[in-house]
Parts: sequence; C-alpha cells; structure tokens
Amino acid sequence: MILALVFIPLLSALAAMLIRPDRPRRRLLVATAAIHSALTAACWVSPGTAAPGAWVGLDAAGRLFLGITSLLFLAAAIYASHSLGQGRAARGRQTEEDTGSVFVNAPEAVFTACLLVFLSTMTLVVSSQHLGLLWVAVEATTLATAPLIYFHRQPSSLEATWKYLLVCSVGIALALLGNFLVVVASAAPGGAHGTLLVPDLVARGARMQAPWLKAAFVFLLVGYGTKMGLAPMHTWLPDAHSEAPSPVSALLSGALLNCAFLGILRAHSICVAAGLGDFSGQLLAGFGILSMGLAAAFIANQPDYKRMLAYSSMEHMGLLALGAGIGGAAMFGAMLHAVNHSVVKAALFLLAGNFLAAYRTKSIARVGGAIRLLPASGWLWLAGLFAITGMPPFGTFASEFTMLREAFAQGRIALAIAALVALAIAFAGMSRAFLGMALGRVPEGVVAGRERASAVLPSFVLLAVSLGLGLWIPHGWASVLEQAARLSGGGAP
Amino acid sequence: MNNAIDSILIFLVLTDLILLGSSRLKNAIRFVALQGLALGLLPMLAHSQGVVWHAVLLGAGSALLKGFVFPSLMNRALRETNANREIEPFVGYISSLLIGVGVLALSFWSGARLSLPWEAASLLLVPAGLFTVWTGLFLIVARRKAITQVLGYIAMENGIFTLGMVLVEAMPLLVELGVLLDIFVAVFVMGIIVFHINREFDHIDSDQLAALKEGPP
Amino acid sequence: MNTASMLHPLLALLLAPLLPGVINRTKAFFAGRRGPPLLQTYFDLWKLFRKGAVYSRTTTWIFRAGPIVNFACLLAALMVLPLGRVAAPLSFAGDLVLLAYLLGLGRFFTVAAALDTGSSFEGMGASREVQFAVFAEPALLVGLAALARHAQALSLTPIYAGLSSASWSVSFPMLALLGMGLFILFLSENCRIPVDDPNTHLELTMIHEVMVLDHGSVDFGFVQWGSSLKLWILGALWTGLMPPGATGRPLLDLAAGVAWMLVLAVATGIAESIMARVRLLRVPQLLVGAGVLCALGLLLTFR
Repeated sequence: MILALVFIPLLSALAAMLIRPDRPRRRLLVATAAIHSALTAACWVSPGTAAPGAWVGLDAAGRLFLGITSLLFLAAAIYASHSLGQGRAARGRQTEEDTGSVFVNAPEAVFTACLLVFLSTMTLVVSSQHLGLLWVAVEATTLATAPLIYFHRQPSSLEATWKYLLVCSVGIALALLGNFLVVVASAAPGGAHGTLLVPDLVARGARMQAPWLKAAFVFLLVGYGTKMGLAPMHTWLPDAHSEAPSPVSALLSGALLNCAFLGILRAHSICVAAGLGDFSGQLLAGFGILSMGLAAAFIANQPDYKRMLAYSSMEHMGLLALGAGIGGAAMFGAMLHAVNHSVVKAALFLLAGNFLAAYRTKSIARVGGAIRLLPASGWLWLAGLFAITGMPPFGTFASEFTMLREAFAQGRIALAIAALVALAIAFAGMSRAFLGMALGRVPEGVVAGRERASAVLPSFVLLAVSLGLGLWIPHGWASVLEQAARLSGGGAP
Repeated sequence: MNNAIDSILIFLVLTDLILLGSSRLKNAIRFVALQGLALGLLPMLAHSQGVVWHAVLLGAGSALLKGFVFPSLMNRALRETNANREIEPFVGYISSLLIGVGVLALSFWSGARLSLPWEAASLLLVPAGLFTVWTGLFLIVARRKAITQVLGYIAMENGIFTLGMVLVEAMPLLVELGVLLDIFVAVFVMGIIVFHINREFDHIDSDQLAALKEGPP
Repeated sequence: MNTASMLHPLLALLLAPLLPGVINRTKAFFAGRRGPPLLQTYFDLWKLFRKGAVYSRTTTWIFRAGPIVNFACLLAALMVLPLGRVAAPLSFAGDLVLLAYLLGLGRFFTVAAALDTGSSFEGMGASREVQFAVFAEPALLVGLAALARHAQALSLTPIYAGLSSASWSVSFPMLALLGMGLFILFLSENCRIPVDDPNTHLELTMIHEVMVLDHGSVDFGFVQWGSSLKLWILGALWTGLMPPGATGRPLLDLAAGVAWMLVLAVATGIAESIMARVRLLRVPQLLVGAGVLCALGLLLTFR
C-alpha cells in the first residue's frame, strides 16, 4: 500500500516527461492526485499494522500528515491544471509589473514531473520509520522542489531558488550528522546494535546514552528546523514561498513544512522516551517563540502579500514547535493546528495566485476591491483572514486555544503571553493588509475575466474543512490526532 | 593499517587548509576532487575484518562521484562562467588560514574530549571530520562565488562522510547509497542553477543576489 | 660524549661552505650549465679574509659587531646541535629553546647592523626579514616541541638519538608532516628560492642579500661563512629526522649525517630548479603553511 503511494506518483512523473501534448498531461496530474488521495483514504479506513523492523509504515502521526499532504496535493493539482492553461494563453511570455521583468516559464512537462516527484518524496517522508530513510526523503523533497520554485524564469525566482537550495541542503546535511549521533547514542557500549529505526529507538528508552542523544537532537532540530523555517534558519523561506508559482507555494507552506516538522517530532519522541523530554521540549519552545516573534515583526509592515503569507507560515511553524515543546495537551493542539494551518494556508496561497493573475502584482498597496473584481476569491480571502488569524468558528481557533490553555495550565505564563502578543501583532498586520485588498478601490486598468471553478473551488473546499474542524471533530479523527500526539511524546486533553 | 587511515585523514586536513588559502577555483576543484578520491579508500580501510563488499561498493561509488563526476561538472560550469579565481573574498586568505588553524586545534580538543562508546578506526577520524565540515561551512559563508559555495557544500559532505566512518558497521548500505544519490542530484541541480545565474546576471557572485529582502513598505 | 661529537662542530665549520657549492652545482646541472666550482665559497672566503676594510662614517660599532655576533651565535648553536644520531658536545634540558633563541639573537644583530647603515634598501630588507621571522620562529618552536613530545625529552641530543627507522613505521604521519614543515623552514630561513633568491641582486625582491650590502672584507667573509653555517644547522634539524637509527659506531653515524646533509643540499638544488620564487605577499602564507604542518605534527603527538 505505502509502496504504491510512493511509486505511483513516480511512474506518473516518468509518464509526464514522455507525454507531449499539454492537456492529457494535466489530466494525468489530477488523476494521479486523485488516486493518491483515494489510496490515502483507504489507509485511513483500514490502517494496517506495520511489521516490526519495517523501514516504512504508517503510524498515526504518519497517517495524519499523509492525509494533509494528499488533500493539499489534490487541491493544488486541480488548481495547477487551471493555472498552467492560463499561462499558455499569453504564448508563454508573462510580465511582472513589480520588477518589470518579462519572463517565460520552465517547460510544463518538467514542472509536472517535479510536482509528482515532490508528492512521492513527501509520501516517503511521512511514511518512513527509519531516520536514515527519512533524511534521504527530506533531502529529495528539497531537490524536487528547487526546479518548481524556478518555474518562472526570472532573476528573482533564480535568487530564491539558489538560497533555498543552498540553505536547506546545508541545514539538512547537519541533520545527517544528527542521525550519526543517534546511532552512537543507541549503540551498546561495545559499539554493536546501533539503530535508526524509530520504534526500536523509542523502545530502548532510557538505555540510550543521554549526552549523545542530546547532541543528536540539537543537530536534528537545526537541520530539519531549517527546512521547517524556524528562526533563525528561516532566511530562505519568505523568498522561496513568495517566488514560487502559487500551487507550489501552497504545497511548500502547507505540506512540506509539516513534513519537516514530522522529522523533528520523531526526534522529539525518541528524546521523550529516553527521559530527555524536558531538554528537547525547552529547545523546541525556545525556537518556536523566537520564530513567532520574528515572523510577527515582519508581518506587521509587509508590503508584499505573498511574503506576508510566507511569514505567516513561519509564525505558525513557530506555534507548532511551541506546542510540541510545551507537550501534554498542547501536543494534541499542535497536531490539530498542523492540519488547520495547512488547509487554510494552502487555500490562501491559491487565492493569492488568483490575485496575482488578475492584478499582476504582489504589492498589497496595488491590489484593491477584490470582492468586486473577483467576488468569489475576494470573499474567500476575507474568510481566510479570519481562519489564519485564529478567529472562531474556524479550526485554528480551537487548536490555538488548546495549546495556549495547556501553556497556562502548566504555569508557563510568560511563554503563553509572548505567543499571544505575537499572534496579536500578526492579526493586526494581516487584517490591515487583507481588508485593504478585499475592500478598497479597484485600481485603474485592471480587468478580470470570469472566475473559473477550478481556481476557486479548491480554496473553498479547504476553508470549509477548516471551518468544519472548528465546529466538530469527527470521532475517528480525534482518536487519530490523540494517537499521533501520544506517539510524539505528548498527550490529549 | 592505522597509519594508512591516519595519512588519509591528514591529507584531508591539509587539503582543507589549502582550500582555505587558495584563490584559484581550478585548484580548489582539484583538491576537493582529491579529497573525494582519498576518502573513497576510507571505508575499505576502516573495516576491521578484511574486505567487505559493502564497504568496497560504497567507497568506489563515492570516489567515482566525488573524484570524477563532480569535478567535471564543476569544471564545465567554470568554463562557461569564465570565472577562474575568487576575487575579494569576505575573509582574506591568510586570515582564513589562521582561523582554520585555530579551529583545527579546537576540533582536536573536542575530538579528544568526546569519548565514543567504542574504539573508532582512528583517533583522528572525529577531529578531521569536524574540521572538514567546518571548512565547508566556512567556504560557503566567507566566499562570494556560487561555485565556491558548491565546493564548500561538497567539502562539508566529505567531512560528514568521514564522521560517518566512525559507525561504518551501523549504517545500512541502502541509506548510504540514498545519501550519495541525494548529494549527486543536489550538486547536479546546483550546477544547473549556477549556470542559470551566470546567464541571468553575467556573474556568479552570490552576494549580489540580494534583490529579495525586506524593503521599506 | 665521544670523539665523533667533538668532531662534529669542527666538521661543520669546515664543510658548511661546501653546501652552497653543491646546491649551485645541482642547479647548474639542471639548467644545463657547468656552474661554479664546488669549492667556490672557500675561494670567496679566502679572498675576503685577506682584504682590508672600509667603513662608512655614518655607522657605529653595531655595524661592525653584527656579522661577528651572528657568527658567534651560530658557533654556540653548533655546541648543542646533534647531527642525526651523533650527540652534541653539550646537552641539557631546554637546549632546544636555547638553539632557537641563539638563531634569533643572530638574526637580531644582522638586522640591527643593516638598520645601522641608515640605508633605505637595507632597512627594507631588515623589515622583511623580521616580518617573515614572525611566522618562521613560532613554526620552528612548534616543530621542536612536537619532536620533544614525541621523544619525551627536552634536549636535542636525546630527541634525535631516539629516532630510527622503526619510529618512521610507527608514527609515519607525524614525522612526514614535520619533515615537510622543517624543509620549508630550511628553505625560508636560509633565503632559498621559494622565499628569496640568493643569486639575485635586484634590491626590490631580495631579503637577506640586501641586508648585507654594505659589509665588506672580513666582515662579509663572516657573513658568508655564517650563512653556510646556518644552512648546516637548520639542515641538521631536518636530516636528524631521517633513518637509519644509531649504528653503535659514532663515526659511522657521523658519516651518515654528513651524507644526508649532502643529499639535502642536492634536494634543495632540485627544489630551486623546479620552483619559482613566490610573490613576497605570498611568503607569509607559505610560512603559515609550514607552521600548520608543524602544529599538525604536534597535535598528532597528543594521543
């Protein structure tokens, strides 16, 4: 089952390279995404038990993140099949008014193939139970996404791609060192029986050597934290997420950051099992609050709406790290929040793509009157504002509330208040920008065609999911979230 | 046996120092390639019990990749970009060397303090690996040319490979090969991007890639 | 203490002027020339010692003392210097530091004498000499420290006496590093080619030759003899690393040492033939390199 999930996108990628005409290739993309989603749903319905010692297997956390990834990919694929068609209408040449550059796009076949490889590698990340395999998969996601970010062949995208590739590759190389240290920590005094299998490592618990495990956690946190966009290793994130084409931004923010988070969670769960939960939790919370503060500061005065969304992703990643670091019920909140943030952020990035296509600018000041020009996108954009800033009745409210309540309950008042301040600053900055874009006056000379269903529907469905999760969490979901939280060293409320 | 490993590791350290002090990109490429070739011998020597096909395969693959494929990629990029030396690095060559010596002493010190749970193949393994990782990071940070940064990445990878030799027995072959494959693709993609950077900007000075930043609102 | 160790300083005094001759003949051979006779330095010395001296009125006693003190320092250094397995006439704990400082004192007087002339050329040479010494002297001390740690002794004679073919197979990397480092030091301290060119008389590029431009007659004779002796002393530090170990017959050891010295001279000639002088700006880099090699050697002894 898992192997099928990994290999079907790979085979489709191969086919995508071979198919010449555009239309069947786009259908192939959507079809693969649909098959992947169907298989994922099957995994949810009948979760098989992983064989002991197997390198790949879906535990609750893996299933949760696989679900997010698959759902988002389906949405992004539908959107991409629409937006790719749009780009072709202008005979390949596009202009961006912010920089005044005229650019062409990368060949669509390569784009589609990389997108599918990206799906395959993300699936491998969430399903690997072996830290070495996890590393290989995470690095592979970096490599698969680099050409995606450089889809628009213009200098700024190139710059973003270079930063992304270099910073993330170096960061992930450090995570490899962390893996080595895990082996050292897990080995018996004679040097034998070192392992990288997560269940084995968790089972060894306190028999691991604490100093080495601590060092390993630091390296893994820095390594995968780079990929997750935790400050101060976040420098690549706003550039890459704002320069990538919108469906890719949605996947990067919504799915890939979560994959990196899962890598950190695996390391955290090993630490918790070895009795070092306090150490790793403190580190996670520290990095988390730092990222939140820094991101909020950048959101407050941000002139570029895609960058604003990127910094918002960084802020929410900080929140996830904070929740995981606090532990207990906050881990449950973090799991719930990962789901909520992913669907909302992906929806927003897809909507931002609609704005970019209509207004041809990423500048907040030059976008206005969206609810008149693009009614569906405009209203969804406003709904997305409430969802991303954690207003009830959206799911983000429930998850943020869970995390902060646990922080207060544990007596970590300062941490909770700092997080609240950061959230408030982000709320102020984002609502000012979003309201100006949605309401306001339509700039002269901007005309938009009819909104296509494929451009709006994915966002609508994603936001609806977030709303639904805010109102009612199905029992099956709750139990999966609870299992995932317990697996990652936390608890449930 | 031990002397051979030690000699390779010392060669590694010396080439690191040369990398820190050399301005010619062609030389730097050559020395990184030599590092890769020398490191290819390590897995075979590090195994205590004779020839293990797993180690031979790993060493040969790594040597082939780092000794021949990467240098030819880099040399091609170099030819196409018409850059042959690093001009005005952020940190000068003599200061780089002196800092390098300091860090070298530091890595020996920390290598002596870290007591591995078992006997490594050589006492130099950890210090030399740490120093090579640091050298790679330093090259990425302190030099301007995108090619030098790629070289720094490869050097860093060499260091991690060396550190990995501490636990040859524990790492499964499949993972090692996956790591190698990833690095190969990473360097390949980086090479392509360097090529594109040259075409778009007419230079490969990565510090001039600074259009994307937080400007005034 | 035996006849061989008494013989070594005498032999050094007598044979040292042969080394520049060997180096020059090797270079001439590689360049396809006949070159000056092997004994050219002896002829020069003979000529210089018979000449009368002329001193500039702007100079003081420092100028006259320079070559003599330098020569005296080198003579004193010979007293603690073993040649391979041949013990030095004097040996006590810490004599390796004394050796380094005697070389430093000699350098100081040479530099002071050059400055005393008040000539800008000589001042420039002096400044370069001191600038490079800043890098070379620590390297030498670190190298000697590595040897001292390796032999667990603080005196040159036991340090070198302990080395043999066996120590090469046991600690090959460390000895190889020190060999490279000391060879670079040998070249730079004696103003050989990658650092300085003893044959050039273009003031802008020279270091050592420019400092002694104003010396003549007997003084210059001592300068020449002194630089040959320095060649011998730093050479002995290098050749001492080489096998074989002690044979038990002091005279045989002495012969082996002298033979190695000649090999070193030939090697220097070859090195000078195939290398170009590096730019002055790069010289510190070369010397830092030598220091790094010695430091690595030292690090290898900590285990």
